[in-house]
Amino acid sequence: MSLPLTINETQEGLKGKKFRASEIVREYLERIKKYDKGINSFLTLTEEVAFEKASRTDETIGSQGEAAFSRYPLLGVTVAFKDLFLTKGVRTTAGSKVLESYVPTYSATVVERLEKAGCILIGKTNCDAWAHGASGENSDFGPTKNPWKPEFVPGGSSSGSAAAIAANFSLIACGTDTGGSIRQPANFCGVVGLKPTYGAVSRYGIIAMASSLDSVGHFARTVEDVRRVFEISKGEDGYDSTVKSEKGITRSAVKVKSSGLKLGIPKEYFIEGLDKEVENAVLAAAEVFKKQGVKLVNISLPHTKYAISVYYIVQPAEVSSNLGRYDGIRYGNDRNSFGAEAKRRIMLGTYVLSSGYYDAYYLKAMKVRSKMIQDFEEAFEKVDAILAPVSPTPPFKLGEKADNPLQMYLADIFTVAGNLAGIPGLAIPSGFSKKALPLGFQLLGPRFSEDTLFHLGEIYQKAVNYVPKVAF
Amino acid sequence: MSKLTKKDVEHVASLAKLSISDKELEKYLKQLDEVVNYIGELNEVDTKNTEPTSQTTGLENVFRSDELKSQQGSTQEEVLSGTEKSYNGYFKVEAILTERTDK
Repeated sequence: MSLPLTINETQEGLKGKKFRASEIVREYLERIKKYDKGINSFLTLTEEVAFEKASRTDETIGSQGEAAFSRYPLLGVTVAFKDLFLTKGVRTTAGSKVLESYVPTYSATVVERLEKAGCILIGKTNCDAWAHGASGENSDFGPTKNPWKPEFVPGGSSSGSAAAIAANFSLIACGTDTGGSIRQPANFCGVVGLKPTYGAVSRYGIIAMASSLDSVGHFARTVEDVRRVFEISKGEDGYDSTVKSEKGITRSAVKVKSSGLKLGIPKEYFIEGLDKEVENAVLAAAEVFKKQGVKLVNISLPHTKYAISVYYIVQPAEVSSNLGRYDGIRYGNDRNSFGAEAKRRIMLGTYVLSSGYYDAYYLKAMKVRSKMIQDFEEAFEKVDAILAPVSPTPPFKLGEKADNPLQMYLADIFTVAGNLAGIPGLAIPSGFSKKALPLGFQLLGPRFSEDTLFHLGEIYQKAVNYVPKVAF
Repeated sequence: MSKLTKKDVEHVASLAKLSISDKELEKYLKQLDEVVNYIGELNEVDTKNTEPTSQTTGLENVFRSDELKSQQGSTQEEVLSGTEKSYNGYFKVEAILTERTDK
């Protein structure tokens, strides 16, 4: 059978009895078994769980008909979770040997919500261990390959989730974005990826990387699908105090303007070192928006060049304390099982927090972080959203940066600022490079402006007659 | 910024309870020194009148009522399910204190 590529196609097909949920699941699993040896996007397949849920889905549709789809908005949608999401009874490794045999006793809020909305769990995806990386190569279970060209990296750290969507192994996938870990692999794999506002989606049950930066989002092939999943995953659950709707504090969504939208082009994102093809792809997208009546405005985010330094102080500091809990006593293996990148970040974080260096590094970074936030606030007084590249280059080859951590860290330059400011970002594919590798752009907006980003993304995908594509 | 030394790396590794070999030490020293030098660029930013940001939610003092939620608790069996080293419903750990040998 030919698999549906969007939620709408899937649900229309199920409604019209074109296929059954069990057939979709069988087809995905067959594809995974046939092709994933060469991609390595899954760490665990939940075959039994998937078939069981699929047959229940078919029963529900049989007995309730179309009404089932309003009751369960994501009915029949297969989902793969980055192996950082706790799944009750299903091994969860964080891509690390420390947790190679850890089986959680509860599920993350997002897992529960998606399952309740009708999603079918198909498996757990590979990632850089503890979400540390921009290429997928830091996984303790071997690197994930880019489905479009296996000698290239899929991006990271949500490498397997992005690759699984590009390889047509699942309809949607979830990931986490601490410094670009959803947007960058989405960009490298030619799929849509959302990094929501910090505090929009609960982190309960998700293995923590850097707690002031972590945000929980997802991948799909269209902006509309990403919007539909966000509608289900967002909002207070009582278990994550950063997700809180309180009286007196405006935390409601930013209203979408029906006309007169303005898109900022930040000059600091078009700098030396930015690949020409990447630059042209972003500028071409700008032209599309302009033709649709969106006004382009040149803006400046003057502290952008310090983003990497701020990020590589704040993030390892928080990593070093979050990874402090892994002692091998209550679960998991002991600290000797940490891989090289985890050790580097723990040591770097411990160093910048240690006595005598705290003020010079950590406190300084938190202050420059304020300056970067101020940059964004000033920009958003002039524009509704910002258009920027996601990564300075198209996907690079496996091994190309593996021995040079600093070079690898610099690949995060256009994504980390969004995390430091806590704002949402939406990565959208726009075409292919001469080497047939995916290209795209990201939209950044003020806190809780996801609806504006979706609106802009949909304007773009409609204007270019975007057709969802998979690598094979 | 001063240059990172072997002693610095050994010190942070021991603070973080990581055991690293001499070969690793050489490698990490070089890599961490490069990163530490790079992030030193923040010195050029004037932050005299800037408050630090530790989180971006704008929320303060988030409260919840102090009540037990049955669905959030775990059973003893669940809590112990992650380890093979348990005894009588307790986690088994290595002894921290040992018998004196200088008596």
